[in-house]
Amino acid sequence: MSSWIPQAGAAVLVAGMIMFAVSGCEKPRSQVVVFTEDAIPDRLSDWNLVNIIDGTLTPNSGVIPYDLNTSLFTDYAHKLRTVWMPAGTSAQYAKEQFDYPVGTVLTKTFYYPRGAAGTVMKTDDFTSDYAEGRAGEALDMQRVRLMETRLLVRREEGWQAIPYVWNEEQTEAVFEIAGDTSRLKLKAETGSISEFTYVVPDANQCAGCHADNFTGKEISPLGPRARHLNRDYPYLSGSENQLQHWQKIGYLSDVPKGDELPSLARFTDERSTLEARARAYLDINCGHCHNPTGAADTSGLMLNYSETDLRKLGLCKPPVAAGTGSGERLFAIVPGEPDHSILNFRIESIDPGAMMPELGRSLVHEEGAELLRQWVATMPGTCT
Amino acid sequence: MKTLSYVGVALAVIFASACSPGDKSRQINDPDVNANPDFQKQLLRQLISAKSGDVVLIPEGEFKINRSLSLNVDGVTIRGAGMDKSILSFKGQIQGAEGLLVNASNFTIENLAIEDTIGDALKVNEGENIVIRNVRVEWTNGPATGNGAYGIYPVQTKNTLIEGSVAIGASDAGIYVGQSRNVIVRNNRAEFNVAGIEIENTIGADVYGNVATNNTGGVLVFNMPNLPQPGHSTRIYNNKIFKNNTSNFGHEGTPVAAVPAGSGVVINSNDNVEIFSNEIADNDTANIVVSSYFTAGYYSDKSTQQDFDPYPEGIYIYDNHFIGGGSSPDHLELKALKLARFGLGGSIPDVLWDGVVDQKKVVDGTLPDHLRLCIDNADAGILNVDFLNDYQNISTDISAHQCQLKKLPQIVLEFDQEIEEQKTNDHLAVLEGANE
Repeated sequence: MSSWIPQAGAAVLVAGMIMFAVSGCEKPRSQVVVFTEDAIPDRLSDWNLVNIIDGTLTPNSGVIPYDLNTSLFTDYAHKLRTVWMPAGTSAQYAKEQFDYPVGTVLTKTFYYPRGAAGTVMKTDDFTSDYAEGRAGEALDMQRVRLMETRLLVRREEGWQAIPYVWNEEQTEAVFEIAGDTSRLKLKAETGSISEFTYVVPDANQCAGCHADNFTGKEISPLGPRARHLNRDYPYLSGSENQLQHWQKIGYLSDVPKGDELPSLARFTDERSTLEARARAYLDINCGHCHNPTGAADTSGLMLNYSETDLRKLGLCKPPVAAGTGSGERLFAIVPGEPDHSILNFRIESIDPGAMMPELGRSLVHEEGAELLRQWVATMPGTCT
Repeated sequence: MKTLSYVGVALAVIFASACSPGDKSRQINDPDVNANPDFQKQLLRQLISAKSGDVVLIPEGEFKINRSLSLNVDGVTIRGAGMDKSILSFKGQIQGAEGLLVNASNFTIENLAIEDTIGDALKVNEGENIVIRNVRVEWTNGPATGNGAYGIYPVQTKNTLIEGSVAIGASDAGIYVGQSRNVIVRNNRAEFNVAGIEIENTIGADVYGNVATNNTGGVLVFNMPNLPQPGHSTRIYNNKIFKNNTSNFGHEGTPVAAVPAGSGVVINSNDNVEIFSNEIADNDTANIVVSSYFTAGYYSDKSTQQDFDPYPEGIYIYDNHFIGGGSSPDHLELKALKLARFGLGGSIPDVLWDGVVDQKKVVDGTLPDHLRLCIDNADAGILNVDFLNDYQNISTDISAHQCQLKKLPQIVLEFDQEIEEQKTNDHLAVLEGANE
């Protein structure tokens, strides 16, 4: 009956039990608990999804971490994502959105690597976030600072977004429907420090991004789709393609053969074309609203990866209701001229009335902004 | 779901303190922001947890809010104690592109103010049967380019009533209805916005009983390209539209930034628009401007979808009361034109037209009747600036415009009718009561 528990996970569970038996500060863990829509517990720990064991944040057995080719930028926060499904169930593969079984719980834990003197670190290196020998699996609590854990739970009626905010002591995350703010000092590798307000969105704002069909309002997972998941992950059992791994452990059925699987580029991967990297970046950061049924369809600007009409993608497209966001520029994209393109202005702005995306960041994503500058700069043609 | 398990709920003490690193450095809440944290949190929770039929009451007082509010539940009313009594002030807003963002049907908001939002004040993005009543949206520092773009901003809505409201200081439009269907905008006041009231890509709108003054442009009816819905059929009547002479403080690149200061009513690229029985006075560029998308300055084949219709057609101007206007136009070429044509003390006629018509539709030198610009308005005059030919054949010949068009039907909102009937019934009941 528990054949869906991966071998590796079972091994971890045993290892974990040994460890907390030694340290003597934990009881054996129980299975994941799925609470009803109207009985959301105040404490994240009640779900038994991710637990702090012997100084590490560790997913429970059957709670499988995953990563995305290119992910949404959130003020340089690192993210630990997990998926769990009830025993005997699996998601049905689909090109766009998997059909996840009722009871599926996705988690996304936002954290930062800790720096000296209360700072958090800006780095794209994730390897030192993990406990020794458990890369990709157990976050070392001495090295990371947890901010929030968001849950997406598949109900019979649809998905529900449930935000938890970690306490100062880093011992528990508490259900906070209205979101939260904290001041953080982000230290770059150069030593420079930017102070900013990290904002945990409220539950409605979660839905604002996750409703890629805005009219229906149904929310859905954005990251765990085939084109984003199609990459290797450093499981304890060894590195393996995530889609194949999900299929192997019974979480995903009817996965097509490898060469038929869609894949988006990693935006930092210079082996991919500039075009592919830029489109991947726009898809995950903008496409959830800027698609033909999304909240931003009012703008006529479509940034989802399947859009092929260049004007809808912004080429020489005048703004409709950009307001402050026009940045005194005439077109969304002026080929060859990022400094005259509204798209670049809005990505590079931190004014909440002008910046894009509207939520989820207080800082500019320098690397993403630079990629989009290069992309626009190499476009041929003019708008006149 | 029915197969729930509550196994493990008793594991309450799973995080022993000995296992935590005990970081105390985290500060909750931004010390720089002076919000009413308790009120804000309570309001956020109420809006997020609202059920259909709920009334969320905003008490008397000024409440500082520093992040966006949103409502996603149908059938909710948000009600304050009055537009000068219940004030949500967003001065110091740190997050969100709106003050209040609504994605819901059967939604009513009334009797409160939304001030100084960093972006738009009240945005309703999709929904049916929307009532916005006695709501004041204002940027309290007066007109400034740094102000938020839109005051009251329903977009992609159906059956929308905006009444008794006030919009001041928007750097784009005070009241802006976009890509909607079946709209009534009545008895509002729009002042010191770039555009006072703007109807854009909307099908079926009645705009009446409003006051639009001190804006850059008073009332605008626009069609923008590259959107799924082209608009048509707007009636503008019984409004007072005067002294809309505030310098344009819109952001370059936005459509309204091209509107000359001193424009009373502006029709751009939109079809079937009636302007009648208004008092339109002292708008320094012109009391009415009728123009094509070409004049807006953005037109190129590259920037515009192929089937976009940039021509304003079926425009009917009648029975308005014009006073003054046109004496000090904005934009250099209009200033020069006015001086050359009408002299130092003269003024541009009441209707300023860019003269651009779709040559493909012209038959024997004129447009078919239903596409014409008709002016049946006593001695109102017209100035055709012949824009596409670089102002070469400027004309004041009104004869081609002395025509009448079939009038548009009234906009009826089902819920509004019920209210009207209810009022009548109440009135009858009172009369009957008095007779007894």
